[in-house]
Amino acid sequence: MTEFVKNAAGRLIPTHINDKEVVPFQGVGKYRPQGRKYAPPIKTVADYPEDGDKRVASLKDALIKAGLKDGMTISTHHHFRNGDILANQIFDIAAEMGVKDLVWYPSASFPCHEHLIQYLESGVIHHIEGSMNGPLGRFASQGKMRGQGVLRSHGGRYQAVQDGDVHIDIAIIAAPCADPFGNANGLYGDAACGLLGFALADSEYADQVVVVTDNMVPFPCIPWQIQGNNVDITVEVDKIGIPEKIVSGTTKVTKSPDRLLIAEMTAQFCDEAGLIKEGFSFQAGAGGTSLSIGIYFGEIMRKKGIKARFARGGSNQYLVKMFEEGLVEHILDGQTFDLEGVRSMRENPTHVNTSPFTSYNYHGKGNFASLIDIVILGATEVDTNFNANVVTHSDGYLLHGIGGWQNCLFGKTVILPIPLFRDRIPVIVDEVTTLCGPGDLIDVIVTERGIAVNPKRKDLLEKLKDSELPIKTIEELKAEAEEICGKPQKPEFDDEVIAAIKWVDGTVIDVVRKIKE
Amino acid sequence: MSEGYAGNKGPKIKSDCHVTLKQQPSGGINIQLKSKVEKLYGDQIKKVATATLNKLGIEHCEVLIEDSGALDWVIAARIEAAVKQFSDTSETYIPDLKPYNQYETSKERDRLSRLYLPGNNPKMMLNAGIHKPHGIILDLEDAVAPAKKHEARFVVRNALCSANFYGAERMVRINQGEMGIEDLQYIVPHNVHLILIPKVEDPEYICRLDKEVQRLEARHQIEKPVFYMPIIESALGVEKAYEIATACRNIVALAIGLEDYTADIGVKRTSTAEESLYARMRLVNAAKAAGIQPIDSVFSDVGDMEGLFENVRKSKQLGFEGMGCIHPRQIKVIHDGFAPEAKELEKSMKIVDAAIKAEEQGLGVVSLGTKMIDPPVVKRHKKQIDRAVRMGLIDKNWQETYNQE
Repeated sequence: MTEFVKNAAGRLIPTHINDKEVVPFQGVGKYRPQGRKYAPPIKTVADYPEDGDKRVASLKDALIKAGLKDGMTISTHHHFRNGDILANQIFDIAAEMGVKDLVWYPSASFPCHEHLIQYLESGVIHHIEGSMNGPLGRFASQGKMRGQGVLRSHGGRYQAVQDGDVHIDIAIIAAPCADPFGNANGLYGDAACGLLGFALADSEYADQVVVVTDNMVPFPCIPWQIQGNNVDITVEVDKIGIPEKIVSGTTKVTKSPDRLLIAEMTAQFCDEAGLIKEGFSFQAGAGGTSLSIGIYFGEIMRKKGIKARFARGGSNQYLVKMFEEGLVEHILDGQTFDLEGVRSMRENPTHVNTSPFTSYNYHGKGNFASLIDIVILGATEVDTNFNANVVTHSDGYLLHGIGGWQNCLFGKTVILPIPLFRDRIPVIVDEVTTLCGPGDLIDVIVTERGIAVNPKRKDLLEKLKDSELPIKTIEELKAEAEEICGKPQKPEFDDEVIAAIKWVDGTVIDVVRKIKE
Repeated sequence: MSEGYAGNKGPKIKSDCHVTLKQQPSGGINIQLKSKVEKLYGDQIKKVATATLNKLGIEHCEVLIEDSGALDWVIAARIEAAVKQFSDTSETYIPDLKPYNQYETSKERDRLSRLYLPGNNPKMMLNAGIHKPHGIILDLEDAVAPAKKHEARFVVRNALCSANFYGAERMVRINQGEMGIEDLQYIVPHNVHLILIPKVEDPEYICRLDKEVQRLEARHQIEKPVFYMPIIESALGVEKAYEIATACRNIVALAIGLEDYTADIGVKRTSTAEESLYARMRLVNAAKAAGIQPIDSVFSDVGDMEGLFENVRKSKQLGFEGMGCIHPRQIKVIHDGFAPEAKELEKSMKIVDAAIKAEEQGLGVVSLGTKMIDPPVVKRHKKQIDRAVRMGLIDKNWQETYNQE
């Protein structure tokens, strides 16, 4: 019987999600699960072909061989972004086979997955544990999904597998290049996407691991980002993704003068705060504003004659240019956004492929995210306590995934460059619609009309006290937004919980409720 | 049945709305709203629309508002424009002039950059000021399609009241001829600082316009001066530049419009601008003779920042004291281009420092080493220093540290 309890962030959350008991959020770094990590089933080489050829004839054969049946959890990955075709094909086959109540465990979803709404409606898919963007988010927000969604960060996805919260029955890994044994990478082929880090946990922990490629090379496929020794089945298909959509248009420097202003102010803030110094490190995002900030960083570094030790995050032509110019010594790449990124990773030994294991995982023995000096992230809303929301819009609809966002909050200085309002809707609010990140971890908000520094960062306030940058309190920024836009009404929700937002440690930090329409 | 419509809609439109209004014989006011911010601002949008209609005396109508995040003052402007397509009511619904828009301007202030914004596009008006241009121009003339001229007046009027200009000089470019004179009633009562008068060839026109401004000033009890910047855009205008510059009170600058000028003399406008050298020099001379600021034309390639910078440098060299811009990213480049170069500034500091010391010592003549410095030279360098201080290039107490060095 589901009851509601208040978690440490003051949010009312149910004791059960999808009839499974959950742990309420207890505060940052407070929850420490005991015991041993979840382990995959023991396998024996005697059960695999001695010639190393694990191929079956088709994706359907692979699913049959992997034992697809009702209620299973199927995982896929978003290395191909909006150019993914595999996830849709898997559920087409499942529907054709009459399988029901599957749980889809993607590392992220994209608009191309709107195709799956029919299976959510018909019951082939029971619910999604992963981001629900665009049409899927709207569908879920209207209370139409059978089960409840579970949203996790990239690190949280790894953590959930390691502590047994999610048991993956079948992992399907789309690989731009693979050999019949199952070694695979993202570096070569028509669908080259750089790296396959999001599939790492799945390859190690799933009961059945299937590698699918349209570019089967003779053994050995090198480098093996996915190790064939973890792979049960391989499949060769005609086409694995749509190359022009894999390299998506999201990685263009913004042309908006307002966003460029925000980017410029952010870079200037970092400079004046003394954060841009010899050997520093930064998180590089893929959004237009974030890319522009990287370019301004480059200008400052050239002027000062200094280098960054590493940049972490998504690689793209702009970051690669700085890297090959020598401004950045290492790229610790979590996601390759364009072909320049793929090329650089192929050619440059210090452009390294990383995974949520190295960078984000709560059950790791430390991770890279907390080593980064400057982290630039987005948000749909921030409240006056610096708490932030990335999954819902102010009108309550679920529209974005968490990605690596929660994990990156552990960086040394976390900055959110955001406009003060979007289409009349203020971004700074009294209380965020959905809590995704606690304000304790968020240091600076940069808007086109002013910069708010979290009062706990006295060091930053001290450094900027004589700055000509418009440093304001977050309350002042909120008042300014409301002066321009007017104070918004509150959206209305039903009591029904449609999705849970997990914190990086697997506890529930907040839930999303059904929209009243 | 009377109908009216106003505004913009479509997938790319933001911060605006489109209003379709049908007056009815009975049944009260019925508002149908399509808005992506409906859940957060639906009630407020309807409230503003109803208040506007009530004020304008419309009691029964069907209204369709297709909204893409328009602010209250935009919604009110769109409703009023729609009503006034069929109603000749003299009632208006004008938002209060916000306290932050009540600041003053002065004749001598810097006008290095002035940013043009289309008068029928409210989105750009919201954030223009944060880019810190010296002036923001709400354009009723060439940037507004002929069919939209009427509705743009309401947007510009309401923007003058409600949109924050963040300290920029508040400018409007009016239409040519009679239409321009009609435009005045929409802007003069709302703290417009400066009126750009396009395609001026006849000093008489400015006098007539000034009379209408005086009439409106008296009627609305306005005491702050409204300044004028005539734009010269023809061969005849160039020949009459000095007469235009001295036509009436409150003319503070003379601008040149090179697109129309080059068309008028029948040549192509080039990036090196040899074809307009005479016109520009003549305009600079006329303005300086009249004691006002000569202002250069816009640079139309918004992607070419290096070309823009070169252009500004040349403009500065000819004696211009400002330039128009059509994209916020041009503002900083223009300011940088007009800024005194370090070497120049060093020389200015040396001369002004010597002048101040001479004055302190009661000397009538300023000299630097063995060289005498003439008073006009001192004056020019003082101006340069003042501008550098305003632009934040040097501290206002620069002399203290200068003497220590």
